Amino acid sequence: MNPYALTIAQAKQLLTKKEASAEELVRSCMERIEAVDDSVNAVVHRNFDGALAQAKKVDSHPEEFGELAGIPYLAKDVFCEKGVPTTACSPILQNPTYTPPYSSTVTRLLEASGAISLGKVNTDEFTMGASTETSAYGPTHNPWDVSRVAGGSSGGSAAAVAADECLFALGTDTGGSIRQPAGFCNVAGIRPTYGRVSRFGVMSMASSLDTIGPLCKTVEDTAIVLEAIAGKDPQDATTIDRPVPRYTEALQKGIKGLRIGVPREYFAEGLHADVESSVREAIRTLEKEGALIEEISLPLTKYAIATYYVICPCEVSSNMARYDGIRFGLHSEASDSLHSQYVQTRSRGFGTEVQRRILIGTYALSAGYYDAYYRKALQVRALIVREFTEAFEKVDAIVGPVSPTPAFKVGAHEGDPVAMYLEDAFLTAQPMAGIPCMSIPCGMSTDGLPIGLQIMAPQWHEETVLQTAYAFERVTDWHTKKPML
Amino acid sequence: MASLAVLFAPSMTSITSDEIRHTALLARLRIEEKDIDARTQQIGAILDYVAMLQEVDTNGIDTALQVTGAAHVLRDDALREEELASPDALLACSPLPVIDHQIQTPSAHG
Repeated sequence: MNPYALTIAQAKQLLTKKEASAEELVRSCMERIEAVDDSVNAVVHRNFDGALAQAKKVDSHPEEFGELAGIPYLAKDVFCEKGVPTTACSPILQNPTYTPPYSSTVTRLLEASGAISLGKVNTDEFTMGASTETSAYGPTHNPWDVSRVAGGSSGGSAAAVAADECLFALGTDTGGSIRQPAGFCNVAGIRPTYGRVSRFGVMSMASSLDTIGPLCKTVEDTAIVLEAIAGKDPQDATTIDRPVPRYTEALQKGIKGLRIGVPREYFAEGLHADVESSVREAIRTLEKEGALIEEISLPLTKYAIATYYVICPCEVSSNMARYDGIRFGLHSEASDSLHSQYVQTRSRGFGTEVQRRILIGTYALSAGYYDAYYRKALQVRALIVREFTEAFEKVDAIVGPVSPTPAFKVGAHEGDPVAMYLEDAFLTAQPMAGIPCMSIPCGMSTDGLPIGLQIMAPQWHEETVLQTAYAFERVTDWHTKKPML
Repeated sequence: MASLAVLFAPSMTSITSDEIRHTALLARLRIEEKDIDARTQQIGAILDYVAMLQEVDTNGIDTALQVTGAAHVLRDDALREEELASPDALLACSPLPVIDHQIQTPSAHG
């Protein structure tokens, strides 16, 4: 097998037995990127020299590193990495290209563990989108059908893993941005509990909703990476001081007797027939593995998108205020006033979707509208939290589809922002409640497009999510399928 | 008080282009006149969609400002041992002239 096609678990075995070196893994991924990325367009900044230098260090002193020693990865273009261009795929962080003078906490943890950064992958601009089409570098193409999107905003991350350009990738999930592209590209992607993984050094979108997570080829790989990056960070006050379980050791527990809820609202009109049949078949598989399935109701599901698309733009409007061409970012022609400097930089530097969300957020927070929009949305958020809490009194986990349809065509939602927002139908309630959830491959449409299964659990119950995913993966082979590139 | 604000607020579903212009000013954005109508229509459509939240009965419900119990998180006011990045390295990221460790900006007085 080509080294680039290995899973993390397989590569670790070969590295331990000295049957492969970190340098070989890195060179194999580099060659793979050169071979396929013209059609996929996942990689936006290459760090090949840095990767080879790190690989040599790991090969000569493996004892100095940890569980991910020698494993090459790609990071979404929002993870600050010292000396590597990081631009959120936005023109406002280019000309001059922003090259961070420090690394995010997750980048530092991975470096200490011995993982090797190959560079940065594509995202919707400032992670705002569900298709990676708003990137300044153009859309990422789905390796399963390059006329279709890879999903978003972690489309580059998902496509890169699906195309074997790396052994894992880092993504962020604010309103579905790990789970949806993972589902579209046939890879595993987890959104951990809010506060499980440090966001320090990761360019923020919506601070009460953003989470960091890995996209991987298998559930076991997901557990390995999550173990390496989870934990309290004094530099991120929203991380919680809870011990990080050995997720890898918890995988085999099985799901006998696990009560799994299936929300009827996730199977309403508009769900693609192949998505419904694949997900229902997956639920039958879980039942065969011993889970107790019961139908539940989450009536607030239909309000989740609206709640998200008030809270998220409001927080965005605050987080985007720092991009003013002063401390970093786009160089503007000499202005005669600070005000016009701001306006010029921001108007030229931000794309349409980013500007749209800033405007909505600014409006919804402004005097006269704050109560009707923002305050109201925060109240509905409280109700969504309560709805999940009550549901988890009756069941241990909840499963359902990831997206209403498989991957759509590039350009399908052009000019129709609301249609794009509706892609997040099943993905925005969980961020409201801060609960962990995951997408794993569970089927293919008649067109040969991947379909994902979403698994949710209460806060801090990542083991339940991973155990359920592992139990399904163990007796199926959807995750082993690869696109033809 | 909250219900009064809703009563007297202008219609939530009819944002005008003047309101878009004003909001853009607040957000330090400039929308070209040729794009104002399209922008107003698109943002209006989004606001129309989120107006469905008014259907939800939130009487007596507190706002959820955080969902994991982390509120008023404090730390000791002590120097960090490790410097993440030097001031000069941070200043070097600026696209503007740096003079005497300070970024030179256009005047705030116009």
